[in-house]
Amino acid sequence: MIRLHHYELSAECYKVRLLLSMLGLAHETVQVDMYPGAAHLSDSYRRLSPLGRLPVVEDGDLVLDDANAILVHLAASHDPGGTWFARAPGQIAQWLGYGAALAASLGAARLMDCFDTGMDSAPLIARALPILDALDRHLWLEAAEGHFYLCGTGPTIADIACFADTVLAEEAGVALRRYPAVRRWHDRVRMIPGFIVMPGVFPR
Amino acid sequence: MLASCIMTRGNDPFIDEQNDPVLLDQWHVVASIAELRRGPVRTILLGRRLTVAIRQDQPVAHHADGAAAATMLHLEYVWVCLGQKPARLFDIPELAEPERRVVHAGSFGVRTSPPRAIENFLDLGHFPYVHKDFLGLEPHTEVPPYRVSTEQDGQELFARDCRFFQPRSAANASEGFIVEYVYRVPHPLCAVLYKLNPLDRDRQDVIALFCQPVGPEQVRAHMLVSLLDDTSDDAELIGFQQLIFAQDKPILENQVPLRLPLSPGAEVPVRADAMSVAYRRYLAALGLRHGVIAA
Repeated sequence: MIRLHHYELSAECYKVRLLLSMLGLAHETVQVDMYPGAAHLSDSYRRLSPLGRLPVVEDGDLVLDDANAILVHLAASHDPGGTWFARAPGQIAQWLGYGAALAASLGAARLMDCFDTGMDSAPLIARALPILDALDRHLWLEAAEGHFYLCGTGPTIADIACFADTVLAEEAGVALRRYPAVRRWHDRVRMIPGFIVMPGVFPR
Repeated sequence: MLASCIMTRGNDPFIDEQNDPVLLDQWHVVASIAELRRGPVRTILLGRRLTVAIRQDQPVAHHADGAAAATMLHLEYVWVCLGQKPARLFDIPELAEPERRVVHAGSFGVRTSPPRAIENFLDLGHFPYVHKDFLGLEPHTEVPPYRVSTEQDGQELFARDCRFFQPRSAANASEGFIVEYVYRVPHPLCAVLYKLNPLDRDRQDVIALFCQPVGPEQVRAHMLVSLLDDTSDDAELIGFQQLIFAQDKPILENQVPLRLPLSPGAEVPVRADAMSVAYRRYLAALGLRHGVIAA
């Protein structure tokens, strides 16, 4: 069975929990005390992920420690309909990259504030805003064409990769008022069958 | 340092709040021992930057100008007092009982006033909505009457005989049941919850929230859990508590106003809010000015 090592408040882990739920995949979970215990840096965890990254998915002999890699793997190997990745792999891979950039800026700023690290999150927010602008513009133009998701007319892992950190933007101190297309798209993601929440994310 | 701060107190209400004599003379948590084991912590208490560390098993705290602040090790944390007449610091004697695990569940930054964070912790009414499927579930929304009292010469506030149906009250709960609670407020910005253990229903789990007043609208919330649970690992205990806290965080950060109004009737209370009303009255009686809208 698929085994997910995760931390409840991590948006990276939420991406994987979301896709597992939307694909209806049975799995078991192991909670990792990332904060305050820093268990992801322990010797035993580093046997799974040498860099101490979260989440980790074990699927048979395969071990993956990168949210994007896990999304691609689950969509490629466990989606009988083949709708979550295969239709537009190049375009989807680009948005997976944007999702990773959002995690490294907006997501990192959120955790900095949440764990009260005393560090200044302003430089990270400055890096996140152009990505949010680009996302909002793309979603607005696509919606005008009748495409209500990031890559076409149906949800793909691109949506999951960019949803998690943007829906939690207010926890990083970024108000979403300036991004109306992003907010409408959030509502559409909330309507995908199998949608689940995490703390800070509200159902429709 | 302190004298100069008080000397500069003017008409600026913000400066006034950061020099609230009630809070200056209290002890406040500034860091967990667990966090300090990994290195010094830089933090802010009542607007003052502090560097906190443990040297030769002794806690030390310094202001930005190098002046030392009074420190104490107590209940897994380093506490600091900025005032000249430190208040008595409360204890939680139950934590010394055998078989108990005492775990620091994290320090979280929240953009709200310290009194709002404590008031939320004391509120049973929000459980079915904010903590659906864990601490409450519709239609079980009624809060039966409970007893509120002040003790220790007005220094401590209690709510007893609180009862509430909880579908999953703790990490090791396998079924819903009517959980009995006692709330204790032994300090204007600290609250302790005694809660029936889901398996051994004669004994109590203890959950404490210590709010470090960073400023009138910014809190560093330290959570301590002491549970009778020999099946869940630390990650599961901490994970459960953090999940609950993280559900409250966006609610707290979007409350209007962020400061707690102390005037009776400023926010319309219902019977279930008896503890909230008593907490506001208790703060008003202490003369607290920080993070509140005075009556």
